[in-house]
Amino acid sequence: MGTYLIRRLLMMILTLFGISVIIFVLLRVVPGNIADILFDAAGMVNSAEKQKLESELGLDKPIAIQYVTWISGLARGDLGYTYVSEQPALEEILPRIPVTAKLAGLALFFAIIFGVPLGVVSAVRQNTVLDYVLRVVSLSGLSLPSFWLGLLILMAFVHYLGWIPIYTNKPDRLWDELVLLSIPAAAVGFRASALIMRLTRSSMLEVLRQDYIRTARAKGASRVSVNYDHALRNAVLPIITIIGIEAAFLVGGLIVTETVFNIPGVARFLVEAIRWRDYPVVQSLVMFIAVVVVTVNFLVDMAYAVLDPRIRYDN
Amino acid sequence: MASIDHQAELNRAGAQAGGFWGSLAYLIRRYPLGAAGAVIMIAILLMAIFAGWITTFDPTTTNSRASLAPPGGIHPLGADFMGRDMWSRIVYGARISLAVGIGATTLGCLFGVLIGLMSGYFGGWLDLIVQRFMDMMQSLPLLVMALVMSAALGPSISNTIIAISIPLVPTVARVIRSNTLMLREMPYVEASRAVGMNEVSIALRHVLPNTLAPLIVLGTAQLGSAILVEAALSFLGLGIPEPHPSWGRMLSESAAEYVRTAPWLVIYPGVAISLAVFGTNLLGDALRDIFDPRLRH
Repeated sequence: MGTYLIRRLLMMILTLFGISVIIFVLLRVVPGNIADILFDAAGMVNSAEKQKLESELGLDKPIAIQYVTWISGLARGDLGYTYVSEQPALEEILPRIPVTAKLAGLALFFAIIFGVPLGVVSAVRQNTVLDYVLRVVSLSGLSLPSFWLGLLILMAFVHYLGWIPIYTNKPDRLWDELVLLSIPAAAVGFRASALIMRLTRSSMLEVLRQDYIRTARAKGASRVSVNYDHALRNAVLPIITIIGIEAAFLVGGLIVTETVFNIPGVARFLVEAIRWRDYPVVQSLVMFIAVVVVTVNFLVDMAYAVLDPRIRYDN
Repeated sequence: MASIDHQAELNRAGAQAGGFWGSLAYLIRRYPLGAAGAVIMIAILLMAIFAGWITTFDPTTTNSRASLAPPGGIHPLGADFMGRDMWSRIVYGARISLAVGIGATTLGCLFGVLIGLMSGYFGGWLDLIVQRFMDMMQSLPLLVMALVMSAALGPSISNTIIAISIPLVPTVARVIRSNTLMLREMPYVEASRAVGMNEVSIALRHVLPNTLAPLIVLGTAQLGSAILVEAALSFLGLGIPEPHPSWGRMLSESAAEYVRTAPWLVIYPGVAISLAVFGTNLLGDALRDIFDPRLRH
């Protein structure tokens, strides 16, 4: 386990390093210098000002030096300045993290409490009407764009309640905030629950065909005991893996949903930074997202190794 | 004693399905959901091709008198703020959605196949480097990658296609690589080598055609996500630029406001996106069952 952990950790650092290079190069090989774009966006005309901007951003230095400056800044927690508020980007991002974290947590919670049991039911009742209905529902969950689902939820609020949830003023009590956030979380979580449900179903079907399930049935274990104690326990491992993949999926849902509901979170900040053409901040934010996704994947892998006694990584 | 109804069993297995129509009837009976998906996709495709025939208004012509006209009369699905007919915009939107979806999927599959084939067939250090690189690309969420790409390239239809195709490459490359690893050990590959065929020709003529089935399955699944990502990008104002009628774009910016005042502007484009993606997903599931029976549940 120890060597596996170290190997996996090194791999994670290598991956993050690679991603940082990809993002960095991607935003530099594009047609149009960042200084030109910022220059146009800021409406400046003086070419001396442009040169000043270029040296401020370090764009006159070789690309390798620029990269090192950026990365060492990131390591110190220096994400650069945003051009709109002229604040350190970190100060803009930090207060937004808890909002997005709560939203993502709630969405994942919804996804699991609906996705896993419905997936089990669908597998146990394979090829019944119920199974067909659940499969169509989960497939539609993967087909509805989450921003549209968000808009439909807003529409239902307007139509039936006459008000729209507002997120710019944070409620004082945590519970109130969570209740309010559970509305957009439902929009994000629906898609995630559909994915979890599909995976739970196929994972359960796989397990239900195993010999030990027949043995459990033969010795007279109850249906519930067979389905939940024997089958689900073994089916749950692939489901944990999907939560790692889900982390990446959730980010996409969060970006659009925070935009629809006007929630001041990190994901919407990325869209705002892109709209302002604030590329230094975009670069740092994308890196931040990559770190979160890669870390979640790492934790999932570790959980997998710990939870499944059949897997030994030492040899 | 149980008796077997031979005729019924043969019918069920499709053994006597004669010709094209017979096979088709069998497939529809065997995969009703997939058939429904195919019907939806064909309908959307026809809508895109014959857009000019089934609409009366130009999708980009504005008309201040029709601004926010509710559904009914000459505007069956209403009109938007600029008085553009929603039905026309939705019908012509199918062109954009399919063009971007199919374009991005084709491009992504093309590069994915090339990379996967090379990486799997030739192996060695090339394979190692390529695989690590694909790992890295896959660590970035699809939408984030597409967002950054399209922001970097600037908004246009062709740039949107490129931006969406790149994050699709690693998934395709993975699947093609693992297939190639299996195929290159096949006796017929050995045989081709024995008769002196060169490696590149073997890879292209004997390995590549055999990866077609998983590619079709994967491509259909990718088409659904490509359409969704295009909608999301355009919704965020970074995909298809105005005045092109993109379903995602129609929901952008002021959509939250129209939720109150003009719900038809919010409902119809969303229905169009969902139907298109639902159709590809249904079709994709059925194709997976047909081509990859190991995954059939």
